[in-house]
Amino acid sequence: MRMGPLLVLWLAVFLSGTWAVDRGNFKTCDQSAFCKRQRALKPGQSPYRALLETLELTNTKLTLQLINDNNKVRLLLELYRLQGNMTRVKINELKPLKPRFEVPDVLINDPPTEPLSLLSQDENGVVLSLGADSQWLIVSAKPFRLDIMEGREVLLSLNSRGLLAFEHLRIRKDTQVDPEGAEKKEETDAANEPAEGETAKEDGMWEETFKSHTDNKPNGPSSISLDFSLPGVEHVYGIPEHADSLKLKTTDGGDPYRLFNLDVFQYELFNPMALYGAIPVMLSHSAQRTMGIFWLNAAETWVDISSNTAGKTVFGQMLDYVQGSSETPQTDVRWISESGIIDVFIMLGPTPTDVFSQYASLTGTQAFPPLSALAYHQCRWNYNDQEDVAAVDQGFDEHDIPYDFIWLDIEHTDGKRYFTWDPHKFPQPKDMLQGLMDKRRKMVTIVDPHIKVDSSYKIHNEIRSKGFYVKNKDGGDYEGWCWPGNSGYPDFTNPEMRAWWASMFAYDQYAGSMENMYTWNDMNEPSVFNGPEVTMHKDALHGNWENRDLHNLYGLYVQMATAEGLIERSGGVERPFVLTRAFFAGSQRYGAVWTGDNTAEWEHLKISIPMCLSLGLVGVSFCGADVGGFFKSPSTELLVRWYQTGAYQPFFRAHAHLDTPRREPWLFGPENTALIREAVRQRYALLPYWYQLFYHAHHSGQPVMRPLWVEYPQDTATFSMDDQFLLGRDLLVHPVTEEGGRGVTAYLPGKGEVWFDVHTFQKHNGAQNLYIPVTISSIPVFQRGGSIIPRKARVRRSSSCMEHDPYTLFVALSPKRFAQGELYIDDGHTFNFDKQKQFIHRRLSFANKALSSRNLAPGSQFITPSWIEKIVILGASKPSKATLKTPDGKENLLEFEFDASMSVLTLRKPGVNAGVDWTVVLQ
Amino acid sequence: MSCALLLLLTSLALAMGTGAAVEIQRPRGVPQSKRQFYEENKPFTCLDGSSTIPFDRVNDDYCDCRDGSDEPGTAACPNGSFHCSNAGFRPAFIPSSRINDGICDCCDTTDEYNSGATCQNTCREMGRKERESLQIMAEITKEGFLLKQQLIHEAKRGQEDKQVRSGGKVEALRTVKETAEDPEKGAKERHLKSWEEQKELIRMEKDKTRMAEAFLELDDDSDGYVSVAELQSHLELDPDSDGSLTETETQVRCLLFLPLKSREDFYHTSKLQGCKLVPPTVQTPEKRGDDELSMPPYDTETQSLIDGAYSHLNLEKEIGFDFGPSAEFAYLYSQCYELSTSEYIYRLCPFNRVSQKPKFGGSETNLGLWGQWAGPEDNLYSMMKYDHGQGCWQGPNRSTTVKLTCGKETVVTSTSEPSRCEYLMEFTTPAVCQEPASLDEVLHGHTEL
Repeated sequence: MRMGPLLVLWLAVFLSGTWAVDRGNFKTCDQSAFCKRQRALKPGQSPYRALLETLELTNTKLTLQLINDNNKVRLLLELYRLQGNMTRVKINELKPLKPRFEVPDVLINDPPTEPLSLLSQDENGVVLSLGADSQWLIVSAKPFRLDIMEGREVLLSLNSRGLLAFEHLRIRKDTQVDPEGAEKKEETDAANEPAEGETAKEDGMWEETFKSHTDNKPNGPSSISLDFSLPGVEHVYGIPEHADSLKLKTTDGGDPYRLFNLDVFQYELFNPMALYGAIPVMLSHSAQRTMGIFWLNAAETWVDISSNTAGKTVFGQMLDYVQGSSETPQTDVRWISESGIIDVFIMLGPTPTDVFSQYASLTGTQAFPPLSALAYHQCRWNYNDQEDVAAVDQGFDEHDIPYDFIWLDIEHTDGKRYFTWDPHKFPQPKDMLQGLMDKRRKMVTIVDPHIKVDSSYKIHNEIRSKGFYVKNKDGGDYEGWCWPGNSGYPDFTNPEMRAWWASMFAYDQYAGSMENMYTWNDMNEPSVFNGPEVTMHKDALHGNWENRDLHNLYGLYVQMATAEGLIERSGGVERPFVLTRAFFAGSQRYGAVWTGDNTAEWEHLKISIPMCLSLGLVGVSFCGADVGGFFKSPSTELLVRWYQTGAYQPFFRAHAHLDTPRREPWLFGPENTALIREAVRQRYALLPYWYQLFYHAHHSGQPVMRPLWVEYPQDTATFSMDDQFLLGRDLLVHPVTEEGGRGVTAYLPGKGEVWFDVHTFQKHNGAQNLYIPVTISSIPVFQRGGSIIPRKARVRRSSSCMEHDPYTLFVALSPKRFAQGELYIDDGHTFNFDKQKQFIHRRLSFANKALSSRNLAPGSQFITPSWIEKIVILGASKPSKATLKTPDGKENLLEFEFDASMSVLTLRKPGVNAGVDWTVVLQ
Repeated sequence: MSCALLLLLTSLALAMGTGAAVEIQRPRGVPQSKRQFYEENKPFTCLDGSSTIPFDRVNDDYCDCRDGSDEPGTAACPNGSFHCSNAGFRPAFIPSSRINDGICDCCDTTDEYNSGATCQNTCREMGRKERESLQIMAEITKEGFLLKQQLIHEAKRGQEDKQVRSGGKVEALRTVKETAEDPEKGAKERHLKSWEEQKELIRMEKDKTRMAEAFLELDDDSDGYVSVAELQSHLELDPDSDGSLTETETQVRCLLFLPLKSREDFYHTSKLQGCKLVPPTVQTPEKRGDDELSMPPYDTETQSLIDGAYSHLNLEKEIGFDFGPSAEFAYLYSQCYELSTSEYIYRLCPFNRVSQKPKFGGSETNLGLWGQWAGPEDNLYSMMKYDHGQGCWQGPNRSTTVKLTCGKETVVTSTSEPSRCEYLMEFTTPAVCQEPASLDEVLHGHTEL
């Protein structure tokens, strides 16, 4: 019968899609049974009581039992004081029916503890000292709650609204032998659980149906919830990934923010729907203090945020009384997860920098990418064949636009079988890669985690024979539909599976691969076209655990295994570069992320800023959005503006949907080609600074792209700002995201500071809103007075070609005629910077009319042929002479030019090697 | 320190017209034509006149001139350019940024004098190859141009024949045509348009019917939706051909049995409410003979316009096309040319249509109907545009650009789809061959100095 194909064809005609996310494909809180149950709980009725007689205090932790007075189920509370001003709170069932999932592989180690000491205890509670800073932890017994205090100030309270709720594991009542017992149990449960007289089926405790998908829940209800109150806090951030503003909104009257890795087709902006990745970390900020809450749970999670402007809680009123004020703002946050345990890290700051360090000490820092990965990436779904790749490569040279990576999407494979090549379109991949290598350029190919079920496909056969596939609830290999058709999903939670996967990237395994070929992991939420919410069934099994327990971890593991593969194939020498769409806390250790399938619209350009800022706050610095927008075709103006913005965002890649017209930078007339060329060149010139910022992100966990409040924590004007951002401390970028924009109003922070326009060198005072007229030629970028930024002015066709080029130093003087900066140099691609301390890290400082370069890392060594070509001093006065002093005692007079109108002093050709000590004295 | 690279004067053995070797000194990267501006030991004035610098700052690896003219041989100036003589081949300018970047750009290797890159001088080889290919091209052009003359001649004779056949009344006919064209054309277009619309309706009805039939066939128990069990009873829908439809496979729900072409197809289908498809409302389609739909006759008014205008339809049709300045493209009319690739057979019928047919079954796709000549102003007949082909999902109608190059044979040499649904076809024909310049001229034009 030939009817099957026909049916498909005819249906395709009739069901043409609408052009926006189909919200009906994704659950609301009301449609997610546990969220609905939990959200129905009302504050102020906590049934939990601390059993103080069970308190045990050891060197490392305090343990204490909690009891739910309604059903007598006991929980075990563990409290840890962690080094670096953090407190960890763990709550699990005292005696769970079976173990509950605890997230592995996210913390980089067992966080080191500090001793807690008991200060006082009575029948109402205990007071513990948290260490030096007169910080206390108060455990109140009835109802149970925790307050972290500093002096008289409450920093944060747990269960202050009484929303701690722990659905204990239980035997399904209709399978219980004793019907009476079951009934009794149900009664006692009802007091705690929100269900009021509903049957278990109706409240979705044992089964839940969404659209045509039924989720069988053999373990029954298992959700957890806890509330946090943040007195004095009006601004909270983080919990990516959402297409929303930087400052999180209150969720009263709407859905909570959802964290559940999903492949959302044509996502909408400004709403709390889940997207591709999930990082359950929230930062709170006020002029006094920055803190963080890290909710270590990989199950589906919802986060409610409310603020007391909409009505104060009892605790808020009490606090008003204590502090003699009725104006204390407060933010209340509530976390709800479907399974697992409560394991929360409270990062007490107090500065933004402290919080970044604290979080980095738990989950690690940004992987230090190869320098070329910070350059420009050219992608499209799809570059059709080898000739197409060669032509695009040639196009960049013909139009003198630099690029480092060209990308191949799914069509390059043999029938969507990853690790293979289409034999007609890419018959000689090594020739193609060699051609790129000859130009000192690189390639990325896509390797997705869905594996075509095809008995003639080696990868599939091996995974199947090794039993490495995720299983369905009945124990067979889980299968779903994705690009190749019917697909299996390897169980990346299994370390043996990951090791095998990594070995597939060896040059002799991945035929046609070479050392200049890197990897892109897409669809790793995972995307399952015919699955519930376009993802994996929650009752699918990863070993003993359900997907329900660890769903949000899958994408992290895929990238982890892939990055490991790229490291291994080079014998541990080369740094990997892997891009992922799905992510979790800790994903920063494995590479870059992008904001998924955005759209060629101005609003999507705008949202790329808060989306990447939010990720940066929670560890993921290497973030970018598809330049130009993935779906639809951008207007030329939008494309140019997007290049200008993308050039100042960490991951800089143009990408386009298969159905869109071609949009290589030279296809829009010579004027626009020139504009895009200029934007890309600005990126390349600034690569030394980008590289240095990533070195710091890797070293200390400080974000590369930062909201202004991170550097100006007391300036309340910056707290909600997300139309401009800082790169490091020293560059302020205000993209133009309005169609036909003729000017922007930028806020230059810092009372008593000055900022220099990097294009004109015009000086502006800080702490002001400044209207800047713009043309299509560039976007406003400012360098902070007091900073020194190294650039490479000789932009070549790829970053590798610029490796040995000289530096130009841009010294922007503060009003006090002071400036400081750094210079970081290494080989750009290996781990030798780490393993053999082969790098140069120098402190550049300008003070007392002298600019000097001093070694910041005496234990390191690296030889560079690069030298100092030029020094540009902004805000300078004219010297009578400039003398260069080198360690050998030599002194050379430098020629200089002085532009009196802009107060710019240019020192000609110091010529000194970038790796040695030197001083330039102005007289 | 590479900044120590100072002025480097290069000795160049230059092949002059006579072949005599003369040694001339000039700074690295300077073309012969600009040598006079770079006089050793005299202050150098930037070529834009912006400033004057001591001569030892020429090629000292620091950019002093705004126009980059002081650093013709280094990468110091962002807007500079480097001249390679490429003796034996063609001289070239490259952007300064390609000097010493580790990549060999000049065939004489002069751009990589300090990068450690090992470049081979390939100028002679390249020159030889170019001369060979130019020679071949010249021969092709020559022969092609002869063929073109024949084509023009034939076209002329053909036209005369037709003139004779039409009683030498072509001129008269033209006049008639011009006066009759507008009302006649308008009426024909109206008729055609209404027919197209009707055809679309009929097609949609047929689609609906077929879908309904398919649906009913699947909906065994006629309850208005297709259940998993019903699907499982239809093994033709089994995706992995293992002889049974598993639960998973059927859960794929109705539409996902086949490899689909694009992400949209998937998302489309994933939007379905399981298998609970609403059966389409069926209108009884008009009874028609098979699939062949033929256009109904013109109404009498149109017909009379057509008949009344002139009776030489064929001639009119041919006169209606622009077959080139000397009708040299006329021979392509009513011909078709095919190219077979790994997946498809492409078919170009000039002045008519372009189409694509899968090699291994499947229906033909219209890649565009004859539109117009689309070459640049000075070379209008170098490109043809075919548009209004079959529509693409959420995209434009398919279209094809045909690039014509001179060749002895008339043949489609390649096809590609640079952008989704925008095809590019390369086509050789003698009809575009230009009168060849003498071979000597061609070769000399490329030997510098």
